[in-house]
Amino acid sequence: MENLAALAYELRKNVVDMIMEGKAGHIGGDMSVMEILTELYFDQMNITPENMDSPDRDKFVMSKGHSVEALYSVLAKKGFFSIEEVIEKFSKFGSEFIGHPNNKLPGIEMNSGSLGHGLPVSVGMALEGKMDGRSCRVYTVMGDGELAEGSVWEGAMAASQYKLDNLCAVVDRNRLQISGNTEDVMHQDDLHERFRSFGWHVIDVADGNSISQLKDAFNEAKQVKGKPTVLIANTVKGCGSAVMEDKASWHHHVPSQEEYMQIMKDLEERKEAALHE
Amino acid sequence: MSKIANKQMICEVLMEAARTDKDIVALCSDSRGSGSFTPFADTYPEQFVETGIAEQNLVSISAGLAKCGKKPYAVSPACFLSTRSYEQAKVDAAYSNTNVKLIGISGGISYGALGMSHHSAQDIAAMAAIPNMRVYIPSDHLQTRELIKALLKDEKPAYIRVGRNAVDPVYEEDNVPFEMDKATVVCEGTDIAIIACGEMVRPARDAAELLKKKGISASVIDMYCIKPLDRKAVIDAAEKAKAVITVEEHSPFGGLGSMVSQVVGEVCPKKVINMSLPDSPVITGTSKEVFDYYGLNSEGIAKKAMELMEK
Repeated sequence: MENLAALAYELRKNVVDMIMEGKAGHIGGDMSVMEILTELYFDQMNITPENMDSPDRDKFVMSKGHSVEALYSVLAKKGFFSIEEVIEKFSKFGSEFIGHPNNKLPGIEMNSGSLGHGLPVSVGMALEGKMDGRSCRVYTVMGDGELAEGSVWEGAMAASQYKLDNLCAVVDRNRLQISGNTEDVMHQDDLHERFRSFGWHVIDVADGNSISQLKDAFNEAKQVKGKPTVLIANTVKGCGSAVMEDKASWHHHVPSQEEYMQIMKDLEERKEAALHE
Repeated sequence: MSKIANKQMICEVLMEAARTDKDIVALCSDSRGSGSFTPFADTYPEQFVETGIAEQNLVSISAGLAKCGKKPYAVSPACFLSTRSYEQAKVDAAYSNTNVKLIGISGGISYGALGMSHHSAQDIAAMAAIPNMRVYIPSDHLQTRELIKALLKDEKPAYIRVGRNAVDPVYEEDNVPFEMDKATVVCEGTDIAIIACGEMVRPARDAAELLKKKGISASVIDMYCIKPLDRKAVIDAAEKAKAVITVEEHSPFGGLGSMVSQVVGEVCPKKVINMSLPDSPVITGTSKEVFDYYGLNSEGIAKKAMELMEK
């Protein structure tokens, strides 16, 4: 199997190129979510360009839609479209590669962008799986700032009401949102307890940028019966380079040329380190 | 002639279809009773989803089901469905282009005495402004039957508003002219064109009868398809007439009147009078009391037509 930890750093480079070329992008969250998407698309989920019409494919909804650049990078690597095309067209006039997921593009199930939609939509998808007796699974990734949306909790209630053990949600817990620290904006540190009280199986992923820890967590989720599972993945916003790590101002930021050079150098170094671990 | 509420007809048509099509799913937000959907829930529990009082969830879950091949009908009071879950209608149904049918029950001012929180006099404007969202307001239970049968055959999102109570039918059991997305010409006329939707079609038809006695020839157009609006029907009726009257159970802004005025102004400019609810919380009362108060009845429509003819 490919070294997914190294791959995640390689995929980050495409994100940075996309953002430089498109002069826009939610870079911080792209970087924090990259291992989650990499582990899902290259290890966990049964999704390929060939099986997208199969009702038995696994389904994925990018609820934190602003991290679409990370998703584009992953989908391109999966063969849904070419990365060169994405980098050339991202955010440009008339482009289909816009700043949030759009299901006119291959590989994308649902349009998102407004927060708090992905979990309830995933509940519908998982319900269909139960109704039609499918063995496929449904995954969604939410941001931690997103959890202030009330609709998330409507979805959380329904997921346990209908015992959707085929549903696995992931919280990209990078602790930062546009205005600063999540705990200052709207507290989320009681998240585990909150999801448990809503009837969910909760898995804390100590390092949400660790492929091996994510793998263990997703595998555990598959064994859970009778209730949905949420992974609280403790990630680092901007993960990949000290230039952007853990800085709220990098929620949406286009690097300067100097920053770009440093970020690419750092990503290459981390990739090399991952290859030799 | 027997009459049943439009919402009950929707349930009956869907139950008949659900018997052979297991992909049909009805969803309610603690609204199965008010929506007349208890028989569906009891007969097809495997094809029924209760979301509790959570309209946002109702629409998003419907969209997720639809994305996976189901044919969801989300049934909830129009007042909540068209506002509380507006963004879900926009993003998850319309923008994602999922086969979600939004059934707004007890629409308009059906919940008269419950106050403005329970009125949906803004739903046409709101829903019609969403790209890829269609808007239908059938006039009676017979047209409702034909409309739902037609909607069962397509795979696109739509918003359908029906009232709470059974209303006098416009059509007859064995004579229900219906073509999808084409307005129904209830009667032809040359002096005044009356274009109405929903519960206002029957009083419009009765107004035409009153006017006939006064020597005024009025056409009545049942514009159940608000979006896509049947532009040709509007133009045909307006071109023949001296003036146009629109009648709707909606705010004066962004509804049938606004849309008809746009077309008439563009293609065949002439006077258009919009009869609607006021731009304010409506007076307390039953639907009939409220409609009578604002002149949204056959006498009121006929009076307006006669005033127009005198000018």
